[in-house]
Amino acid sequence: MKFLVCISNVPDTTTKITFTPDNKELNKAGVQFVINPWDEYALTRAIELKEKLGGNVTVLNVGEADTEPNIRKALAIGADDAIRVNAKPTDAFFVAQQIAAAAKDGGYDIILMGKESIDYNGFQVHGMVGELLGIPTVAPAMKLDLEGNTATLEREIEGGKEIVEVSGPFVVSCQEPMCEPRIPNMRGIMTARTKPLKVVEPTGEAPRTQVTEYALPPKKQGVKLIPAESAGDLIKLLRNEAKVI
Amino acid sequence: MSVLVVVECDNGEVKKSSLEVASYGSQVAQMLGTTATAVAVGEATEANLASLGEQGISKVLYDNDSRLKDFVNGAYTKLIAAAAQQESAQIIVLANSNIGTAVGSRLSVRLQASLATNVVELPKTDGGQFVVKRGAFSGKAFSDVVLSGERKIIAVKKNSMEPLHNAGQTATVEQFSAQLADADFADAPKQVIMQEQAGGILLPEADKVVSGGRGMKGPENWNLIEDLAKALGAATACSKPVSDVDWRPHHEHVGQTGITVSPNLYIACGISGAIQHLAGVNSSKVIVVINKDPEAPFFKAADYGIVGDVFDVLPKLTQAVKELN
Ligand SMILES: Cc1cc2nc3c(=O)[nH]c(=O)nc-3n(C[C@H](O)[C@H](O)[C@H](O)COP(=O)(O)OP(=O)(O)OC[C@H]3O[C@@H](n4cnc5c(N)ncnc54)[C@H](O)[C@@H]3O)c2cc1C
Ligand SMILES: Cc1cc2nc3c(=O)[nH]c(=O)nc-3n(C[C@H](O)[C@H](O)[C@H](O)COP(=O)(O)OP(=O)(O)OC[C@H]3O[C@@H](n4cnc5c(N)ncnc54)[C@H](O)[C@@H]3O)c2cc1C
Repeated sequence: MKFLVCISNVPDTTTKITFTPDNKELNKAGVQFVINPWDEYALTRAIELKEKLGGNVTVLNVGEADTEPNIRKALAIGADDAIRVNAKPTDAFFVAQQIAAAAKDGGYDIILMGKESIDYNGFQVHGMVGELLGIPTVAPAMKLDLEGNTATLEREIEGGKEIVEVSGPFVVSCQEPMCEPRIPNMRGIMTARTKPLKVVEPTGEAPRTQVTEYALPPKKQGVKLIPAESAGDLIKLLRNEAKVI
Repeated sequence: MSVLVVVECDNGEVKKSSLEVASYGSQVAQMLGTTATAVAVGEATEANLASLGEQGISKVLYDNDSRLKDFVNGAYTKLIAAAAQQESAQIIVLANSNIGTAVGSRLSVRLQASLATNVVELPKTDGGQFVVKRGAFSGKAFSDVVLSGERKIIAVKKNSMEPLHNAGQTATVEQFSAQLADADFADAPKQVIMQEQAGGILLPEADKVVSGGRGMKGPENWNLIEDLAKALGAATACSKPVSDVDWRPHHEHVGQTGITVSPNLYIACGISGAIQHLAGVNSSKVIVVINKDPEAPFFKAADYGIVGDVFDVLPKLTQAVKELN
């Protein structure tokens, strides 16, 4: 089995988000970047399946050289080798084309991703890659098991889940509770240094979307406190002032 | 040129998020001087589809092929692509739901369209550009995005549009078939398992949510949350540690690594307001926090707050709601 795991490089979940003065880009000063938390589920599950069934796990990131520490981290967690497509990931379709091109070259059986990136919240790269390759995408999956050539997945739908079986190559986007994401151990960190990391140049068509401006949400007015003794007054305020009940 | 809206149905009913999508689509059509047609998926009744007229929809296409009752990514994509072709749709609007984004992302490649997900407002079209505003950084920011492709696909975030109320308007419902082949059902579900809904209100669709954290002390106290939720007609939710220790099911967990909700009212009971929790709830219109610690960070993100013990405050609130009704 050949697994391709796509990882995105995102600001740590505790980051206070600010933008450059022209509001055109994230202000990266002082921001700690991590592997997108959902992608850790994809990575760990791929490693678990490889340990069970044999094979190879490749991680792929579309990003500039500053993402390499997190690619090395993925290698330390247990991926065998890595590909970095050397480009600024400025649009989901652009990213999807790079992943699809690499997947075609490498002949992967399963392409694993996270359910969404926690920075741009697109929820879209997996569907685009499936379509570009003409194979099914199962998104978002809470469970992934393999038996011979058939995969059994649980796909979350609003209000429930579907049990889906697919055979042949497919794309899956991962979320909890698929597995317990692993952290690197000392041996992993040592061996990661010498694992192959190939850098390739981007291909494909131009992006079809352009971000023109970022903005922070309007500031809250400040909290209105109601004394606990007269808690019932809150309900009156919710009806008469906030008009939400 | 026209606008096509994708309407999700469940148990015969049009989902609330899809009413919002229909409202969005018909308003875009009006801006552009054209009409909005709907294509419906899932289990629908003709009467409910006809009532999409109230959302400004003139015509609804529906394929009653029983294999389409449950979500199948391949088949839904082909059906909607065929509808878009028949209607010469330049703009497709769908819900920012698991189904909507799964279908929308495939369609964007197939139709060579620009795709924007998580969209929170009607587009701006001045200056010849088509610009949408979308949520980014897990509720911590917004971005304006130009959709430069000739075709555009927009996934509308739940609870960001008001449904319209054009009373008495009805849409015509037409049978529609996309000539689906077996290969289009490669990802058809073998089984569908629905959750039990407390009070029948689905959390992602709810416009009011009552949520509990570790301050609730244990699962045996959740009747306090459920009673208030029931009185308000709200769904119930919880923080991550609460579902991690199985006090509540995983699908109730909201936040950065759970589901994102944006109801009109979010009531947080015994939740500290960690940044990862806020990421999933901070686009709620009104946030109420009940916490015994006046320094709890959640108060900074709240509109209303009560510094107090949940075991004392929650029954009072439930009582007050009952008195109001
Ligand atoms: C400088 C800059 C400018 C940008 N401008 C735009 C813009 O104009 N329009 C726009 O739409 N977006 C823009 N983006 C966002 C950027 O293109 C996103 O990385 C891209 O859209 C994918 O994120 P998503 O949220 O859509 O991914 P999702 O669809 O939410 O991600 C799903 C999964 O896809 C995989 N994945 C996502 N990104 C990568 C990656 N880079 N490498 C490998 N795997 C990945 C991961 O497994 C992830 O879990 C910009 C980003 C930057 C840094
Ligand atoms: C990568 C990552 C992702 C995460 N994702 C999520 C996520 O998606 N969702 C999420 O919720 N968390 C998430 N977390 C965890 C998050 O950081 C917090 O630990 C969590 O939200 C705390 O849950 P809590 O508020 O229920 O518990 P606590 O932080 O323990 O807070 C309990 C609160 O209850 C109050 N309290 C206690 N007793 C009473 C009483 N009798 N009456 C009134 N108030 C009382 C206390 O004052 C306290 O403020 C994530 C963490 C990480 C690192």
